[in-house]
Amino acid sequence: MNTTYTLGTMHLKNRVLVASGTFGYGNEAAPFTDLSRLGGIVTKSVSWLPRQGNAPTRIAETSSGMLNSIGLANVGIDAFISDKLPFLRELDTSIIVNIAASSIDEYVEVMERLEVESGIQGYEINVSCPNVKEGGLNFGTRCDMTESITRELRKRTKRTLIIKLTPNVTHIGDFARACEAEGADAVSLINTLVGMAVNIHTRRPVLSTITGGLSGPAIKPVALAKVFEVYKAVSIPIIGIGGITTWQDAIEFLLVGASAIQVGTASFRDPDAGVKIAAGMEAYCQAQGVEDIQELVGGLQIAAGVAAPGFVKAR
Amino acid sequence: MAVINADLRVTANELIAEETWALRFQSPELAAQLRPGQFLNILTSDQIDPLLRRPYSISNVIGDECEIMYSLVGKGTHALARKRPGDTLGVLGPLGNTFGYEKPFGTAIIVAGGIGVAPFPFLTRELQQREIPLITFLGARNAARVVARGLANLHVATDDGSEGYHGTVIAALDAYLAMHSIAAPMIFACGPNPMLKAAQQFARERGIACELSLESEMACGIGICQGCPVERHQGERKYALVCTEGPCFDSNDILLHEHHHA
Repeated sequence: MNTTYTLGTMHLKNRVLVASGTFGYGNEAAPFTDLSRLGGIVTKSVSWLPRQGNAPTRIAETSSGMLNSIGLANVGIDAFISDKLPFLRELDTSIIVNIAASSIDEYVEVMERLEVESGIQGYEINVSCPNVKEGGLNFGTRCDMTESITRELRKRTKRTLIIKLTPNVTHIGDFARACEAEGADAVSLINTLVGMAVNIHTRRPVLSTITGGLSGPAIKPVALAKVFEVYKAVSIPIIGIGGITTWQDAIEFLLVGASAIQVGTASFRDPDAGVKIAAGMEAYCQAQGVEDIQELVGGLQIAAGVAAPGFVKAR
Repeated sequence: MAVINADLRVTANELIAEETWALRFQSPELAAQLRPGQFLNILTSDQIDPLLRRPYSISNVIGDECEIMYSLVGKGTHALARKRPGDTLGVLGPLGNTFGYEKPFGTAIIVAGGIGVAPFPFLTRELQQREIPLITFLGARNAARVVARGLANLHVATDDGSEGYHGTVIAALDAYLAMHSIAAPMIFACGPNPMLKAAQQFARERGIACELSLESEMACGIGICQGCPVERHQGERKYALVCTEGPCFDSNDILLHEHHHA
């Protein structure tokens, strides 16, 4: 049974990655899981300078989900390279560095610093963080900006380039097409949905930034529909993200068109969730007589003549 | 020894005061490792709602069993209250630092408010084993909510005056110190945010060493999610994480704001 996958220039031993911001820089979860059994690790976002992050309260649990407004708290590129990369480099799994920035120049500068470092197989570009004042979602909700960022970064790397898309747009397929046109190897989706929580005793928003990003099982149906929408729009691979907690969830994402998946919030519940999901997917394939897991990708069976509404191209 | 992530067997779960419970589970590995002040991140249910683990102070270790205390607040604690002996409980721990009971001081002043009493039976036992004198001030809403088990040399204060001193626990401590002198005291405090702020101010004004055990919203408990920052008083980094750098902090090192409410 083949679980491996080649994405751009990167070799993955299986289809399961752990999502940015939910697995730190790998070292924190190492005591609780076998990192070598993951397809890859997507790091916490790295920006040029260290970021302190937003004021508390930064997280709030909601029904089968959670809101976060961390504000891209991270160690910055210098400390990432000196303190975090040496550990990641030694791991027997693919390393994808997630880059966050507030200008195209900053994305380029961070990538250029990383290009000369070994031990990195790919980049995931965060154009869609909902929780910082400048940049972030401002890029991800503008198709022309997403296009420019992809173009500038593609010129500078042969490593696998993945653009992480936000669901907080009207036609996510347009954004995926822009990434494809500019040479991205893949798109990953969805980032969190903008949401909020209210404390009725204090009559205040729970989060210090009022709104935050919703993740967890609550968003899985939205994520499946967005992956399906993008699958209809582009031919580059899709990495499905959004509430994946069990191996069954992961198989659903493959069927609607994802070539790989990321486990996010579930790692907070169980740092071993990614490895358990990878094992469950493999067992499912063996039980079903699937020889290559690729057979499942886009394998959704739809009766003839049935079209999901809302996927008529806007142009 | 290492931090563990395992399903453990519940051995007892009982009501010990109004809306206040004590739950025990069996784990020789945790019992051997846990120290006063540390916490466990616990899956209160195997369903996805509530989704996240909840952090609980370790209340005591009895043989190879560990005990936590909780009051009924939300979905997580209500799910915990449904656990019965023989059920399993997903436990990640031990996490966080310990109280500074090894620091040089003469007498420990324990200050607890509400369910903030949780870490103190274990600290009391540790101090007693080390033959360090201690005095305990416990604040509760009313007499029905006083959880005295495992505490020593106890002075109770209640909001409604139904037991002990009528007023806040800090006022009770103030009144006591006006009448008694304590040599080389050190305060260990845990409770709701207004109480912690009052303890912090009280200690600062009198030049008394003070440690605060903080509570915070928390997702992972192991330093990944960055969801539990507390503002530092000074230094290059603006925030410390309650999960990996706390939960016990020198009260001079941190700034408490309004949002830190229980």
